[in-house]
This record gives sequence, C-alpha cells and structure tokens, in this order.
Amino acid sequence: MLVAENLTAGYGGVDILHSCSFAVGAGEIAVIVGPNGAGKSTAMKAILGMLPLRTGRVTLEGADITGLSPQARVAAGMGFVPQNDNVFPTLTVEENLEMGAFIRRDSYQDTMESVYALFPVLREKRRQPAGELSGGQRQQVAVGRALMTQPKVLILDEPTAGVSPIVMDELFDRIIDIARSGLSILMVEQNARQALAIADRGYVLVQGRNRFTASGETLLADPEVRRSFLGG
Amino acid sequence: MPIRKFAVPSSEAEIPDFLNAIVLLANFVVIPATAYGAQLALGALGVTLVYSVLRFANFAHGDLMAFATAATILIVWLFQGWGVSLAPLPTAILALPLGMIITCLLALGTDRFVYRFYRHQRSPAIVFVMVSVGVMFIYNALTRFLIGVDDRRFEDGERFIVTVIGFREATGLDQGLALRTSQVLTVIVMVLVTTAVFWFLRSTRTGKSMRAYSDNEDLALLSGINPDRVVLVTWMLAASLATIAGVLYGLDKSFRPFTYFQILLPIFAAAIVGGIGQPFGAVAGGFIIAFSEVALTYAWRGFLTHILPPDLIPAGLVQILSVEYKFAVSFLILVIVLLVRPTGIIRGRVF
Repeated sequence: MLVAENLTAGYGGVDILHSCSFAVGAGEIAVIVGPNGAGKSTAMKAILGMLPLRTGRVTLEGADITGLSPQARVAAGMGFVPQNDNVFPTLTVEENLEMGAFIRRDSYQDTMESVYALFPVLREKRRQPAGELSGGQRQQVAVGRALMTQPKVLILDEPTAGVSPIVMDELFDRIIDIARSGLSILMVEQNARQALAIADRGYVLVQGRNRFTASGETLLADPEVRRSFLGG
Repeated sequence: MPIRKFAVPSSEAEIPDFLNAIVLLANFVVIPATAYGAQLALGALGVTLVYSVLRFANFAHGDLMAFATAATILIVWLFQGWGVSLAPLPTAILALPLGMIITCLLALGTDRFVYRFYRHQRSPAIVFVMVSVGVMFIYNALTRFLIGVDDRRFEDGERFIVTVIGFREATGLDQGLALRTSQVLTVIVMVLVTTAVFWFLRSTRTGKSMRAYSDNEDLALLSGINPDRVVLVTWMLAASLATIAGVLYGLDKSFRPFTYFQILLPIFAAAIVGGIGQPFGAVAGGFIIAFSEVALTYAWRGFLTHILPPDLIPAGLVQILSVEYKFAVSFLILVIVLLVRPTGIIRGRVF
C-alpha cells in the first residue's frame, strides 16, 4: 500500500535519516519506535512530504507520490494526525469533522456516521468546541478528522502522547478497529511496548537508520530489542 | 372628591419632569451613542476579522473606511446629477453597493501587491502592522486626491423621522427629541449586516473554513483549505464592512478624511474590549466604547435639573470630560482592559 524506500533527508544540509525504508500493507499496522533523537519525527515528515528528500521515493498503491506536496498527498489518500495542534479548538466537534472532509465534493454523511460509530462520545459532544474536550477525546476528534477524507493510509504522530494509560489502551483498540476496516496505519510511538504489541510491522530506528525491522511480535520477543529499547 | 383634586397638581408636575429627563437622555445620550456604537461595531468587526484570519492589527482600516466613503460620495454625486434617488432614503444607500465593489478592488489590489509579498515571506505580525501603517498613509493620500480635504455633507432625502419641534408639539413636553433617518438606518443596517456576517461565519462552508484557518493554519492547509481563497474572502468582507461603517458614519456626522483616521482608536478599543478576534465581542465592544464616550463627555446638569429637588441641583455642568477629550475615553478603556482583562470580554486570542 504505502512504501517508502531509501529515504535520506535532514535539515540544512545535515542528514538525519540515512536510507531508511518503511512499508505498510492494506489493513496492517506499522509502528516506528526508537529512542529520542532517532529520527522518528523526521521519518514521518519525510513520508508526508514536509521535508525535501535527498534520496529515496514514496509510493502509494504503486503510484509515485515523491514529488507531491503534503496537501496533494492528503488528496491522494494519505490521512495525517499531527502530534500537537491536531484539532480546530474553537470549532465544534462536528465542524472539525466537516473541515476534515473539506476537499470532498460528494456527501460525507456516511463517513461522519462511521466516525461517530467508532467514537460514540464524539456524537454526544458534537456541538461542543473541540478545545473544551479532554485530551483523549481531542485525540479522537483528531483521528476522526483525518478519517473524513476516507484515506487509504492513516499516519499518526504519537497519538498517545500525554494521555492516561486507560485512554491509551482504548485509543489503540480503536486503531486496531480502523485497521480491520481495511486501512493501512503507520504510526510513530513513544509507548514502544504497547505499540509493538498491536503492530504487524515494527521498525526500530536508531540514529536515523533502520536498526531492526520485523513483526511487532518478533521484536517484542527479541532479547536485544528488549534490553536496548524496551527496558528489559 | 376634594382630596384628589388637591393632590393632582403636584404629581402632574413630577411626571412630566421625569419624562422630560428620559427624553433628554434619549435625545443626547441614548440615540447618538447607539448610532455611534453601531458604526464602531461595524468598523471593529472588520478589524477583528482581519486580525483573526490574517493575524495582524490593520492600521489602514480607518483610512480604508475614508476611501470607501469618498468613493461612495462620488457615486452619490453622479446619481444626483442623473436625478436618480431613493427618496426618502439617502442616495448613499443606492451608491453603497458600488462603493463596496470599488473598496473590495482596492483592498484586494493592496493584498496582491503589498501584503501577499510579506505573507509569502512568512513575516512576523509586527512587520504586517508596520506595512499596514504604510498602507494607511497611501490610502490617506489617495482619499485626499480623490475628493479633497473639505467637509462634505452627502445626506439627502428625508433627514428626520422625528423632529424636535414635531416631538414637542405632539407630546407637550419641554424637552424635544430628534430622530434622524441616518441614525435609524445605521442601526437597522448594522443589525442586518452583523447578523449576515455571523450567519456566514457559523453556517457556510467558506465561513467555517475561515474560522478553521484562523484556529490552526497548518491543520487547515492539511485539510485542503485553500489559504488564498480564505484571504480573498476575508479582505472582501473587511472592505465591505469598512464601506458600510464609513458611509453610515459619514451620513450621521459628515465626511472629513481625517476623522476616519481618528476613529481608528475607538474602533481598535472596541475590538480589544470585546476580545480580539471575536466577532461578537467586537460588536459588543463598539457599543461599550460609544456609550462610555458619550456618557463621560455629556453635561449631566440638564438631566439632573429634571430629577433632583431644586436645592440639590449642582451649579456646574456635571460634565466629566470635555468633548475635546472624547478619544481619551477609548484610550482609558483600552488601558484598563489591557491591565485588568487583556483577553477582552469574550476571551480572544493574542498571537
């Protein structure tokens, strides 16, 4: 579905990523983990087209999207949930979802219904400004907004940052639900252990390089990965 | 009934006095302040829209109003020359849509050749503010080239709905009350226009995209909202509001280019008092500033004469500030708000 190969990129002439590759198939969850400063965010920006690539290419369903702007990639079928500032705080929940569907010219009522079915609390709060919601609910709005374009692949930047463990578990459950509906999911996560537990593919980045690449299960079982990155 | 007959004269003397006091207050405070408040509200709404979407305090807004009014006056003269009128309403109402179009073109041209450059540079807000000061001087000169510096009265049609003499004759009260067509028109237009703007921002796709852009520019871009379109619509709204506010102010007072530069201060004060970036707050702020300004510069002696017993009537004028200092009121309110509640009445955002 989404394939990123040999990405080399960085800021101001200094490369942060060195020939990194990522891929996620239809209905799969891929997780990028790694220590602070490993280049996780940079990898995400490179995949989204927010950073010029020195080498490498990104394809979506076989089509080369390397030259597209982030907005054009959204139109091409990538949904993105930024880590911070991922909702419109003064707009209501429903207006947030409407803005997510801004580029769609067809009726988006069905999509909105399926977002409400996925996150029932959003239906209750649909007339409330998104800025007044709790952190976990706001993340749900953010994910819902990104789903409104009916993307083929959903990219999440640390969706569980700053939410409680209970909310985190629930959010991961919903992400599994979304993947089961056939979407590909690529996410960067700080909570490596929990994220790898739901991952079909896991990527451990270290100093801008693919250090380990395997299924989440295999990585969790790998003693070296456990010792170095999961705290035993 | 001898007792009642005896009591009547004293109560009869009190009631008209009380009515006289009310009429006096309405004539010199409530009516003028309401009309002035509506004009400030329309101006502040334009300033606050530009602030919330384009993220800078537009110092050129007052002079944009002046230009818009000058353009409208020229069209009024043209219409008057042709004998076209909307009597009993002022011809300016007929000329207003054309004035709005011309002003939109000026605002969009300015954006294309001035502001867009700085937007693409992603210049900080203070640069935009300074640029808008430059634009202000240009508009200022443009207006003077266009129509000169003189005082222009362009109010025609039926000037009064209620005249002082007519009111006195109809009611038999000592105090007169005048209600001018321009004042009633100002309030009606202001209610219609602000309702339309609120509806537009709340309920239309474009309006929502403007609020989304104002809330979170990056996320709006990611959602596929076209920033150029948002900017275009914002300038058109701001220019239209500037034209309406400017023409209503000119109808009510008379047109002199420099007064529009001066009312920039009460307009900014209104936008800040209401909560900068909050359209509803801007309207509320307009009325707060207008009523404060008129109430503090009004000589209350006449009013007190009617309601106080003769021995308590003060000797002075009971005027807190002389009219020359009316702009100090806006400034004072501005300072107090910024010290006590810098977010304004409705919590606004400061970028």
